[in-house]
Amino acid sequence: MTGTLRRLLGLAGAPRGREALSVSLGALTILLGVGLMATAGYLISRAAERPAIFSLTIAIVGVRFFGVSKPVVRYLDKLSSHDLALRVLARVRARVYDRIEPLAPTQLHGYRDGDLLSRSVADVDALQNLHLRAVGPPLVALLAGAAAVGVTCAFLPAAGVILAVGLLVAGALVPALSGRLARAAALREAPARGLLSAELVELLAAGPELAAFGAEHAALARVRTADSSLVTIARRSAAAIGLGDGLRMLVTGVTVGGVLAVAIDASAAGHLNRVEIAMLALLALATFEAVAPLSAAARERSAVVAAGRRVLELTDRDPVIQDPATPAPGPEWPFTVALEHVWARYPLDSRDVLEDVSLRLEPGDRVALVGPSGAGKTTVVNLMLRFLDPERGRVTLAGRDLVEYRQDDVRKMISVAGQESYLFSATIRQNVALARPGAGDEAVERALRRARIWDWVEGLPEGVDTRVGERGRELSGGQRQRILVARALLADRPVLVLDEPTSHLDPDAARDLMDDVFAASEGQTVLLITHRSEGLDLVDRVVALEAPRVPAPL
Amino acid sequence: MRALDPRLVRRTRSVRPLLATDTVLGIATALLVLVQATLLARIVARAFHGTPISRLWLDLALLALAFTIRGALGWGMEVAGRRAASSVLSELRLALIDRRLRDDPASLDGAESGEITAAAVQGVDALEGYFARYLPQVVLASVVPLLVVAWVTVVDWESGLIMLLTLPLVPIFMWLIGRYTEHRTRERWDALQSLSSHFLDMVRGLPTLRAFGQSRAQGAALEAIGERYRRATMGTLRVSFLSGSVLELAATLAVALVAVTAGVRLAEGDLPLQAGLTVLILAPEVYLPLRALGAEYHSSADGLAVAERMFALLDAPPAVRRAGSLPAPSPAAEPIRLERVSFAYPGRPRPVLDRLELELLPGETVALVGDSGAGKSTIAALLLRLLDPDDGRITVGGVDIANCGLAAWRRMIAWVPQHPTLLRGTVDENIALGAPDSVAAEAIREAARLAGADAFIRGLPDGYGTTIGDGGRPLSGGERRRIGLARAFLRDAPLVILDEPTADLDPAAVEVVSSAVRTLQRGRTVLLIAHRPELVESADRVVTLAGGVAWPRVLVEAA
Repeated sequence: MTGTLRRLLGLAGAPRGREALSVSLGALTILLGVGLMATAGYLISRAAERPAIFSLTIAIVGVRFFGVSKPVVRYLDKLSSHDLALRVLARVRARVYDRIEPLAPTQLHGYRDGDLLSRSVADVDALQNLHLRAVGPPLVALLAGAAAVGVTCAFLPAAGVILAVGLLVAGALVPALSGRLARAAALREAPARGLLSAELVELLAAGPELAAFGAEHAALARVRTADSSLVTIARRSAAAIGLGDGLRMLVTGVTVGGVLAVAIDASAAGHLNRVEIAMLALLALATFEAVAPLSAAARERSAVVAAGRRVLELTDRDPVIQDPATPAPGPEWPFTVALEHVWARYPLDSRDVLEDVSLRLEPGDRVALVGPSGAGKTTVVNLMLRFLDPERGRVTLAGRDLVEYRQDDVRKMISVAGQESYLFSATIRQNVALARPGAGDEAVERALRRARIWDWVEGLPEGVDTRVGERGRELSGGQRQRILVARALLADRPVLVLDEPTSHLDPDAARDLMDDVFAASEGQTVLLITHRSEGLDLVDRVVALEAPRVPAPL
Repeated sequence: MRALDPRLVRRTRSVRPLLATDTVLGIATALLVLVQATLLARIVARAFHGTPISRLWLDLALLALAFTIRGALGWGMEVAGRRAASSVLSELRLALIDRRLRDDPASLDGAESGEITAAAVQGVDALEGYFARYLPQVVLASVVPLLVVAWVTVVDWESGLIMLLTLPLVPIFMWLIGRYTEHRTRERWDALQSLSSHFLDMVRGLPTLRAFGQSRAQGAALEAIGERYRRATMGTLRVSFLSGSVLELAATLAVALVAVTAGVRLAEGDLPLQAGLTVLILAPEVYLPLRALGAEYHSSADGLAVAERMFALLDAPPAVRRAGSLPAPSPAAEPIRLERVSFAYPGRPRPVLDRLELELLPGETVALVGDSGAGKSTIAALLLRLLDPDDGRITVGGVDIANCGLAAWRRMIAWVPQHPTLLRGTVDENIALGAPDSVAAEAIREAARLAGADAFIRGLPDGYGTTIGDGGRPLSGGERRRIGLARAFLRDAPLVILDEPTADLDPAAVEVVSSAVRTLQRGRTVLLIAHRPELVESADRVVTLAGGVAWPRVLVEAA
């Protein structure tokens, strides 16, 4: 755990000075509270000796000083710790992004479905609590506790020792115990939660069919079983999780009692002024404020570390695809793109998706690649973009192996509109212009026209500035596809790859779109990947990929 | 910041006992605070006046005991809260699932069901914060300050007066600040959320960004956006934390005021030491629960948000009325008519069906064609009574199906959706969906054979006993479609609804599925939804839904 924590702190890269400032302010806040109670205890005890009022002046000033300064310092403390958390969050995001950018998409395989990806984004977000809740509180407690123990020792070493032991038990042992109990409870609960979630997801997804087939009761019974086993486990764990705070109170009571006992004893023996008994007791009591957040911090820390471990697992991957040390100059159009006896498989996969595939695209060629799903059509695109290197054989551009070029020089030559293409939660204009930053309104309009969607876009109340929603959720399947095509056309690169551009369209619309795209891409090399017949009469050649030996299920 | 949503009390059984427990434990805690302070003050005062340690052991032991019991009470409140949280959420989610399946089975898309599941399972964490931390704090904040002030007044009325004068300031401040910061907090929270979803969006779209050579430029912008957000947020925080500090200042100044006045009166001999110490020790306890309550603001907001979400889902109007109980005539003998049926999806401006007229005669196959979005699948859902029409009616043999028993009517229909859902279980169990438990294995095999599924099922590792569905062996689109067809064969219903049975299949699979569909057509009334031509030719009639929205009325063409 500490190794991971250290690496996470490195990843967060918070400025040391700010870290130290935040911890010092936190400790100071607690110490001012301790000072307030201790001074007040002294003041009242001293006053009971009925001295002249002026001899109380210092204590009175002290009480007022602590009373005023504690809220001020707490304010600064809160500001500095939140500032730190936000800095950490911004930096962690940027660093994680930089690390995974060269991994996409093939080394993020398995993260493709989105759930895993959104979980790891949530994990990154969780790291903002690293300082605020996980690392900060123990350091603050250590600093404030040490100072309080030091002051106590100056008056009565035995009381200092008792206080130190009490703080250690309440600040280290109790949180460790309650952290352990909470982890055990979470481990017990996790499978039951997982099962219940799975049952719910399935039941909700199958809702229409369960109703139509009259199978609701059986499904509900399954959910009830999963639910009641989760509730049983959770209720059993409830007692263990809250134990920490209760134990802390116990330790506080025993410690304050102990401090009182030695102080009274020392006072009777003449080693301690009797006015200092109340001061030491109240000082001890107030110091326990420092260890109060530590049980929660221990739980928080294990959550942060677990999240961090998943993030590190991702950022530790070394990119397989690298630029060469001395790259060849970028290819000059016109050029030929070719796959030469290529075998390919994805990282962490034991099975070849392509076996001995060859394909040659001369400048200006129009080629259709057909084949059943799972035959590896999309893998051909990944190879051409150098998102994946072949196991055997080679992919060439202008006669040179792709690995000799800089990756950017390769990708600059190819634009893709396909199944794997992504619509960002932004406006239509932003999504299209992504292909060519700085493209003017006219260029965007022309691309949308050529993708046969301008009329629809123009009719929208906000036109090209309409937002498309998360993953283009506000659009229909056909609209999404046409916007992706518009983006690829705007990129205006020598090679155009269309991966299943018409799968959501009815035959007439598909036909029209293909006509337009082919007319618009005159002179470009076009690779059309499809399992449908529209557009096949517009290409020069049709190449079929056969399914690999084992059918790949969707 | 409401203390407790009354709907939680009204609609769940687990909350009332929790409130009773919390109240009893809260009052006991408040009393212990008084005992603890009094004991501590008494020990110090007696020692001050020369009582030897040997005569104070009992008091010291009692003091430690008071702390221990106070800890145990807090623990009890937390345990009760956690247990209640898990029971409350269980009650809510079972009610929700039950209601969804009964009244609104068709309304979910994938994203929403993921969200519901998250709220219904992970929501317990937020509810635990609410019930185990926030609610006990509400009880303590309303009990402890009053009891403490009352006791202080008994011990020393002048200190009691100081507290009484400063105490009301605290809730007033809290209320004012709460109103101010709640708004700010929510704004900040929203901004944080949108920052997080922006990051997620970028990471998801990384392959596209890389393909267009934009990934590094976007990455560079990321830290700048985070910095800009930090600066803006710190601006707001400077103001909203300020108000929290004013509140704390009031509390610490009150303690200082009590201490100084008590000190002066002690020095003048107007106050005994034990009273002065008691008052001093109790002074912070007056304000502490109120401030702790403010610190639990997020627990409260997060917990209430979960409850709110669940109630919103529970209170959504039902999509299907369940009034009728008439026996339904069989579509094998009687025609089905859609009479001026209109339907609009909630939140969409235009109706998807507008006064639609359609007739299905016994034994005929009607192909329903039209663009995507024209309402073909909606017609299937209306026939299945997964939805009810907004206007018009559907009759069979002249009887409105809305007046028929829901289960009895659905038993007349076999439905093969476009993407049949596989449930976690064996192939056998999946085909036997909705069939009585007594269904013979041979009948299942026969249905599979007719659906053209027998061959591939036998090729699976455990044949019909193979586990499929989530976590089981994956099936291809064509294989799933055939499981769906096997369900329909086994159900052997007089009306069959087929939704795009060959869409997205490769040519070999299209062949198998088409021939199974032709077998299924024999002797049954069939509604065939398609936009591909392969199957349409086997239909007796072709009906075109025109133009997405049927207006002014749907065109019905005979082929």
